[in-house]
Amino acid sequence: MLVLKDIHKVYGKDKKRVEALKGINLEVGKGEIFGVIGFSGAGKSTLIRCVNLLERPTSGQVLINNVDMQKLPPRHLRKERKKIGMIFQQFNLLNAKTVFKNVAMPLIIDGRPKQEIEKKVNELLSFVGLSDKAKQYPEQLSGGQKQRVGIARALATDPHILLCDEATSALDPDTTQSILELLKKVRNELGITILIITHEMNVIRDICDKVAVIDGGVIVEQGSVLDVFSEPKKEITKNFVRTILNDEIPPTIKTFIKTKHQHSDSHYMYRVLFKGASANNPLLSNIAKQFPVDVNVIHGTITELQGIPFGNLIIELQGKPEDIKQALAFIKQQEVIVKEVDIHAT
Amino acid sequence: MPLDWSYFRPELIHAIEQTLLMVGVGLLISLIIGIPLGIVLVVTRENGILQNKFIFSVLSVIVNIFRSIPFIILIVAIIPFTRFIIGTSIGTVAAIVPLVIFTAPYIGRLIENSLLEVDSGVIELAQAMGANPWQIIWRFLLPEALSSIILAVTIATIGLIGASAMAGAVGGGGLGDLAIVYGYQQFQTEVMIITVILLVIFVQLIQSIGNLLAKKIRRK
Repeated sequence: MLVLKDIHKVYGKDKKRVEALKGINLEVGKGEIFGVIGFSGAGKSTLIRCVNLLERPTSGQVLINNVDMQKLPPRHLRKERKKIGMIFQQFNLLNAKTVFKNVAMPLIIDGRPKQEIEKKVNELLSFVGLSDKAKQYPEQLSGGQKQRVGIARALATDPHILLCDEATSALDPDTTQSILELLKKVRNELGITILIITHEMNVIRDICDKVAVIDGGVIVEQGSVLDVFSEPKKEITKNFVRTILNDEIPPTIKTFIKTKHQHSDSHYMYRVLFKGASANNPLLSNIAKQFPVDVNVIHGTITELQGIPFGNLIIELQGKPEDIKQALAFIKQQEVIVKEVDIHAT
Repeated sequence: MPLDWSYFRPELIHAIEQTLLMVGVGLLISLIIGIPLGIVLVVTRENGILQNKFIFSVLSVIVNIFRSIPFIILIVAIIPFTRFIIGTSIGTVAAIVPLVIFTAPYIGRLIENSLLEVDSGVIELAQAMGANPWQIIWRFLLPEALSSIILAVTIATIGLIGASAMAGAVGGGGLGDLAIVYGYQQFQTEVMIITVILLVIFVQLIQSIGNLLAKKIRRK
């Protein structure tokens, strides 16, 4: 669907030279919601603008359905752009035009007949839930409604890709949620592939199938959201995951455990990560029943990723070493990831 | 010396007509030249949609040259050019030539500023939509800047009224000339007062119309 191959983007020359993108490789499959997350200045805005060539990459290839975008003459590029919808952080609505006219704009640009435009715009407004606002002006709308207009407009020419440039960053949490639901609906009902750039981890958690973490113009980690969340490898990814999935042991608990184990090295602390179906099994109570060990839950969070429960628990096993060994072997047979936690090191 | 109204009234009406002619026709031609000029200055500038350093630099220098010449000097300096275009360098119609040369670059700069005020996100949006440069200008830039353009044209019109008062120097007539000839040179204070009041009303009227239109269009 969308392939970015070794994209580099350099701004300025000589001393002012800034390399915004340093070899980006991405592949977005049809119907996927792909999220790119990074802090501001990581190059994500430049990256998304390279897809529809609002920014021309200095080198590398942009392939959309196997069409090399950079080789297209201007006329054909404009035609291709009509098949790529885009929504923006600041909505970019035309203030002098009504909601109806804003949504109609891509169709007017494309020279469609009036009746077709009217029909399509009304359909779109009903899709985004703004049928009653057609005659209003953007100034009369709330932020969430503005973004809905933006989405309706982006869908007007039936694009196959929707680019979302920090689409929820200017919105409050509730509104963000409703816009994310709408984007999900766009993918599920219209089958449109979505590329999202954001600095908000909850956006990735709530709607993305795949995620790429960008830092300093390089993608440092990518994969399915579930994989990246459960086993983040790079420090920056861990930090992002931590913003929504707190896996740090709270300091008071840390102190408590440290004093408790002051006189022995033999503490049995484990981090257990549940994914999917395994989160439904009563693992801990099974351990307690089958082995002569006590299970003490020290810290834990459970969240939902892609409609799949995802848990992160820190437990302490108390008992004889050989029993604990057996319990551990049992845990490892389940679909969970388990790691020993060294409390003195953390 | 008391004012002789039977003699003065037709003079006054004639002067008003001359002023309206100079301002009206002068403005129209200035807009025809100035608006495209402003658009070209915006689209050809660095990072503009039709970036062209040569055209931008040349136009910018020309605009600056005309903007830096005081009007009273401009009138005299371009007499040969006026004669070439109109056939004479004296009279109301001839005065329109320097007025246009004075006002068109001014309008060009004002339009340029109005267009630059349009959020760059709007241009980005238009490009992402697949709009061609012509559509970007007509469908996005100009409509979004319209309210600001109207205010700019209002300012230019008032400047034009001011400049037209100097047209007496080349026999252009008008209210300004009336004030100088009767009010100043013949010490008829009433004439001075009447013409000044008329000019004030004229300017107020134009500013009010401009404000009203701009307000009606502005949606922010």
